[in-house]
Amino acid sequence: MISLSLTPTSSWYLILSAVLFAIGTFGVLVRRNPLVMFMCIELMLNAVNLSFVTLARELNDINGQTIVFFVMVVAAAEVVVGLGIIVSIMRNRSAMTVDDLAELKG
Amino acid sequence: MLDLIWFIPLLPLAGAVLNLALGRKFGDPRAGWVATIATASSFLLTVLVYFEMLGLDAEERSHVETLFSWLPVGSLQVDFALLADPLSVTMALFITGISTLIHLYAIGYMHGDDKFSKFFLYLNLFVFSMLMLVLGENLLVTFLGWEGVGACSYFLISFWHTRNSAAVAGKKAFVTNRIGDFGVMTAMFLAFSAVGSLSYSAINEAAHSGELASVTATAIAMLLFVGACGKSAQLPLYLWLPDAMEGPTPVSALIHAATMVTSGVFLMTRINPVLHISYDWASTVIAVVGAATALYAATIAVAQNDIKKVLAYSTVSQLGFMFLAIGSGAYVAAIFHMVTHAFFKALLFLGSGSVIHGMHHEQDMRKMGALRKAMPITGFTFIIGWLAIAGVPPFAGFWSKDEILLYVYANNPVLYVVGLVTALLTAYYMTRQVIMVFYGKARWSDHSEDHGAHGEFSPHESPKVMLIPLVVLAVLSIFGGAMQLPFSKKLHFLEHWLAPVVEESEAYIGKTWAYQNKYLLLVVAIIVALTGILISIAVYAKAKFKVVEPKILEQAWKYDATVSRVVGGPGAAAFNLIAWIDANIVDGIVNGVGESIRGAAGSVRRIQSGFVRTYALLISLGTVLILAWFLLRGVLL
Amino acid sequence: MILLGAVGVIVRKHPVHAALSLVLTLFGVAVLFVAQEAHFLAAVQVIVYAGAIVVLFLFVIMLLGVDRVENLRTEPLTAQRPLAIITCLGLVGVLVAAIVNGNGVLNERGEGINLPDLQNGPDANTVQLAESIFSRYVVAFEVTSVLLVIAVVGTVLLTRKAKSSAK
Repeated sequence: MISLSLTPTSSWYLILSAVLFAIGTFGVLVRRNPLVMFMCIELMLNAVNLSFVTLARELNDINGQTIVFFVMVVAAAEVVVGLGIIVSIMRNRSAMTVDDLAELKG
Repeated sequence: MLDLIWFIPLLPLAGAVLNLALGRKFGDPRAGWVATIATASSFLLTVLVYFEMLGLDAEERSHVETLFSWLPVGSLQVDFALLADPLSVTMALFITGISTLIHLYAIGYMHGDDKFSKFFLYLNLFVFSMLMLVLGENLLVTFLGWEGVGACSYFLISFWHTRNSAAVAGKKAFVTNRIGDFGVMTAMFLAFSAVGSLSYSAINEAAHSGELASVTATAIAMLLFVGACGKSAQLPLYLWLPDAMEGPTPVSALIHAATMVTSGVFLMTRINPVLHISYDWASTVIAVVGAATALYAATIAVAQNDIKKVLAYSTVSQLGFMFLAIGSGAYVAAIFHMVTHAFFKALLFLGSGSVIHGMHHEQDMRKMGALRKAMPITGFTFIIGWLAIAGVPPFAGFWSKDEILLYVYANNPVLYVVGLVTALLTAYYMTRQVIMVFYGKARWSDHSEDHGAHGEFSPHESPKVMLIPLVVLAVLSIFGGAMQLPFSKKLHFLEHWLAPVVEESEAYIGKTWAYQNKYLLLVVAIIVALTGILISIAVYAKAKFKVVEPKILEQAWKYDATVSRVVGGPGAAAFNLIAWIDANIVDGIVNGVGESIRGAAGSVRRIQSGFVRTYALLISLGTVLILAWFLLRGVLL
Repeated sequence: MILLGAVGVIVRKHPVHAALSLVLTLFGVAVLFVAQEAHFLAAVQVIVYAGAIVVLFLFVIMLLGVDRVENLRTEPLTAQRPLAIITCLGLVGVLVAAIVNGNGVLNERGEGINLPDLQNGPDANTVQLAESIFSRYVVAFEVTSVLLVIAVVGTVLLTRKAKSSAK
């Protein structure tokens, strides 16, 4: 069970990471500006990084931190490409939201 | 010689092929001679086979000649094989013999017809099919012949197809036969599923050994009887036979008197072990149907005015007698009557054909009369045939009919009375026919204008080629009864000959009252026949009583009209209903499945809203649910 | 602080404000990294995430128009918000339940990340991390660098203004 003392155990960190992740998900689902949606995705990635680091410390395993390292690198690459796409789509339209990109309607 | 039995059906087939290829070149009458020689050689071969079989012991008289393996399909092994045993050889003998005579006759009868060679082609084809039917070793070869004779019957009935009535009659025959064929086919399926083979030896063996259950045996026997009713014109399905008289007279003589219509009787005799182990009511049904048909047809024949229609109904009636015999367990008597009936009925038909030919194709008896002087030989032979069918001793018909009545009495006295009444009526209407045609006043001169500018119209005797068969058949009708005389066991030639085939199923009446008093019954039969003749003479020749020919009998108890109304009215409604069901319900289901899928797809399609956020929502929702399931799995299950 | 920043990201209408809230969150996470003995990663977090990525975000926002303000009052898709709330609450619930259940399940211990008093010097974490990356996962490392190159080249290609003549 979670220890109710004021010293944070790793469970606290994990719960924090979970909440952060949920907030990020909520942002992705609710916000319509693509850039803000992207930022929420970054939130989610950070949440995951946090949980990895926490568990790395708890289990005394360096592999967790290695993973975080790689996640950061990949996140950076992803941001580059994603922003490039957004720029090329939104360049010619004004006040665009994600809902306007509904060409794949079935 | 026995291994050459496959030549017996092959020779007529060769004749048919020859006429098919070169018929037109042969012309009239050579094409006819080709066909006759083919059939005659087949007859000769059959006679040789018969004599060879006589030389063998009774148990060895069964020879199977396999030509090739016809249907080797898994557990179904059907060979194209011919079986030569006493029954099939008896059938083959009189089929080929009478066919030869009729072919000879037809050369004269069909002289001048422009489809001369085609006629003989069909006739030979018919003989081939009939021989396949009787010589077949298994139900499938028999069925091949069965269908073949049905097809040839159709061809020959509607031979003069430009006449609407002929075409219609041909169709009617075919369709009615088809109903019977359904019974035969179902019986074949049943036999295969019960016994695993279609061969007669296997089926009859299974019946002997008790492997075949009574229920199955009854079903098979009854289904085959349905087929027999169709082919042999018994009560519900007889209505094609009178109409079949549209065909040329040789056809009527061959197919509808002597051979095709007897195939039903043959089939029932072939499977007599199966019938033997069926429930008792099966035989009773057969006997009752036979007796009813016999009486029914005899009443109709009393009021018919077409010379051939009388004989047609007479055939139906006599076939009824044969089935009555089978139903009473008298297989030998049935075959005996079949053979003698073939003789005298063919004789009567050919004689009527001769009359028609001499009267320039006039068929109404009311326009005939006093023909005995104009056509002496025809008249003389016709009279012999009349005496045979009426049951006057010592002619052939008397012995066979008496044999049947003996067995029927031992089995069921009520049916005996029915048979007796029918015999009376038979004598009555046949005498009527003879009087109307050959005696009395010559009524044809009153109607000579109907035949165009012939000037002085007078009927003439037929050419020799038509008369010779008449004479031969007359001789056979006189002496044919010698096959099975009741006077002592030693004279029961036919019974001994057929013993290997029917022995076990033959009803044993040695100890019955009927058998003890068989001479009494013999005398009763003679009295009945003479009574019928005398009454008829009194009515028609001496005009002592009024002529009683009720209209309803002339209209055959309105059977045809009733059938048309039933099939046309409610029947057509039923067919329309079925068609409607097929179009709307069956197709509706199929199309409905397609439509519903389309509709469902149409609705499901809208999930693809195109909005990224909807997709994202659904993905995350799904993920949460999956995770929840994993978590709760341990708790719930 | 982290939560404050996160909420700010999702709530602020103006994208620049949202970006600044994101920075707040990232700093908070970096601090937590330090608390978890991941010093190197904390540094990388600040430099790469807060430094490069957020700057990149801000560049793009400026490029595309700073005044694109989102109207958060309306929600064109029906049931999106309620369902989103339910989903996220469900998510939190599931994850918390998982965490609580899994407490103490994992018992495998690794070689241990170096605590300062066990090894020499304050770079112990960096050294150990470097050892892991460059020995065991060197292939992954190389591939990731290739990925970065590809990403950059791809994006450059992607965002070129298409000229009317040959591209």
